[in-house]
Amino acid sequence: MNFKLKIWRQPNAKTRGKLADYEARDISPNTSFLEMLDILNENLLARGEEPIAFDSDCREGICGTCSLTIDGEAHGPDHPGAVCELYMRKFRDGATITVEPFRVRPFPIIKDLVIDRRALDRIVQAGGFISARAGSAPEANSIPIPKHDADLAMEAAACIGCGACAAACPNGSAMLFAAAKISHLSLLPQGNPERVRRVLKMVHVMDAEGFGNCTNTYECEAVCPAEISASFIAKLNREHARAAIQRGAGE
Amino acid sequence: MIVAVTGIILILFVVGHLLGNLQIFIGPDWINGYSQHLHDLGPLLWLIRIFLLLTVAIHIYVTIQLAIENRRARPEPYIDRQYVKATFASRHMLMSGLIVVAFIIYHLAHFTVRITDPRFALLKLDPLHRYDVYSMMVYGFQCYLVSGFYVLGLFLLALHLSHGSSSFFQSLGLNDKKLAPRLALGGRIFAWLLFAGYTSIPVAVLLGLVKPAQQL
Repeated sequence: MNFKLKIWRQPNAKTRGKLADYEARDISPNTSFLEMLDILNENLLARGEEPIAFDSDCREGICGTCSLTIDGEAHGPDHPGAVCELYMRKFRDGATITVEPFRVRPFPIIKDLVIDRRALDRIVQAGGFISARAGSAPEANSIPIPKHDADLAMEAAACIGCGACAAACPNGSAMLFAAAKISHLSLLPQGNPERVRRVLKMVHVMDAEGFGNCTNTYECEAVCPAEISASFIAKLNREHARAAIQRGAGE
Repeated sequence: MIVAVTGIILILFVVGHLLGNLQIFIGPDWINGYSQHLHDLGPLLWLIRIFLLLTVAIHIYVTIQLAIENRRARPEPYIDRQYVKATFASRHMLMSGLIVVAFIIYHLAHFTVRITDPRFALLKLDPLHRYDVYSMMVYGFQCYLVSGFYVLGLFLLALHLSHGSSSFFQSLGLNDKKLAPRLALGGRIFAWLLFAGYTSIPVAVLLGLVKPAQQL
């Protein structure tokens, strides 16, 4: 298969970037999108040109490192799944494919398609944890947890923190990410001691980082590679209202 | 949250207003009596009007604040942009909302303050000495341009509410995975029923189904 590529090139954070045209020839339909970029980079290197910088790590959809907007969709047109799970057979032979970074102010571009997503780490640092006694692992069945709660917490915990939700959101909001982290912990008894503080602090830091506001367009859940449901955002709104009332009452 | 609460108040008003207006189909006696009742409320009517205008003002003020923050969150737009799930209505709430505001201003000038149509001053009181709202509405809608603008305004209101009337459940946390698609569908049906209800009045007037109760 042959493809025409329009790829965002930006030498560094300060310089303005632009789309550059490339061609990828004789690509097997079973090549993954990232492997196609690897092949393109080898050709660029052979010609003495600067290879395209992009992020990837596990390449099996569990680490959340890859972060490309392909043809206007975060993680490309094959939902649900991360870019690394996208194969060239999904595209038409001879297609023109546009590749851009995730665009949202809190994710500044470092180079080409590589972005700085530490804003998400700072949201988690604000409260996305539980206080537990360090040392040997506790007995697994010492705290009984209803199956329904465990399942729901597990669904939220599937978030791989890639940031596609914020990238796809028309408002650049990271609510789905924050909702997944907050729901996952608040559904479990281990997360209960920090429940009030957690939601207030994480939402505060999320706003301070410069993410936009949720207007319930649900574009986030449509592109989420971990299929996190936007109903967790409703849960976040519940948690926040409850926490604000409790905080207001001095609890 | 503030947007959701003010939105609910305004949705309730829009429903009540429709039910009031649909009385035009029962006859002049009903709708003129309804109007007289509202006017007889005196200071209470003004209290309700001020409350509603304040609600509109807060709804707009807060959403514009949010929209500014949202613009700032993506200083460099995508060159290629495709939406997978976000509907046209959900992405253009500000646009539809602001046009609806322009429509509301015209609507108030037209039928409440009555400064856009000099014929309304010529209307005589009805047999029970009440203002003839019935004939005012009929004469008002007999103009194609006026009716056309009403239908356009109502179309944008329906577009706004096709997202807004289910979106507030999510904002208030009253949503879950099973409920979400049902609420979305219900919201859309609700909005377009409102549209059908409201537009039925100018359409009926233009079709000559509703005739003025008095000649000018």
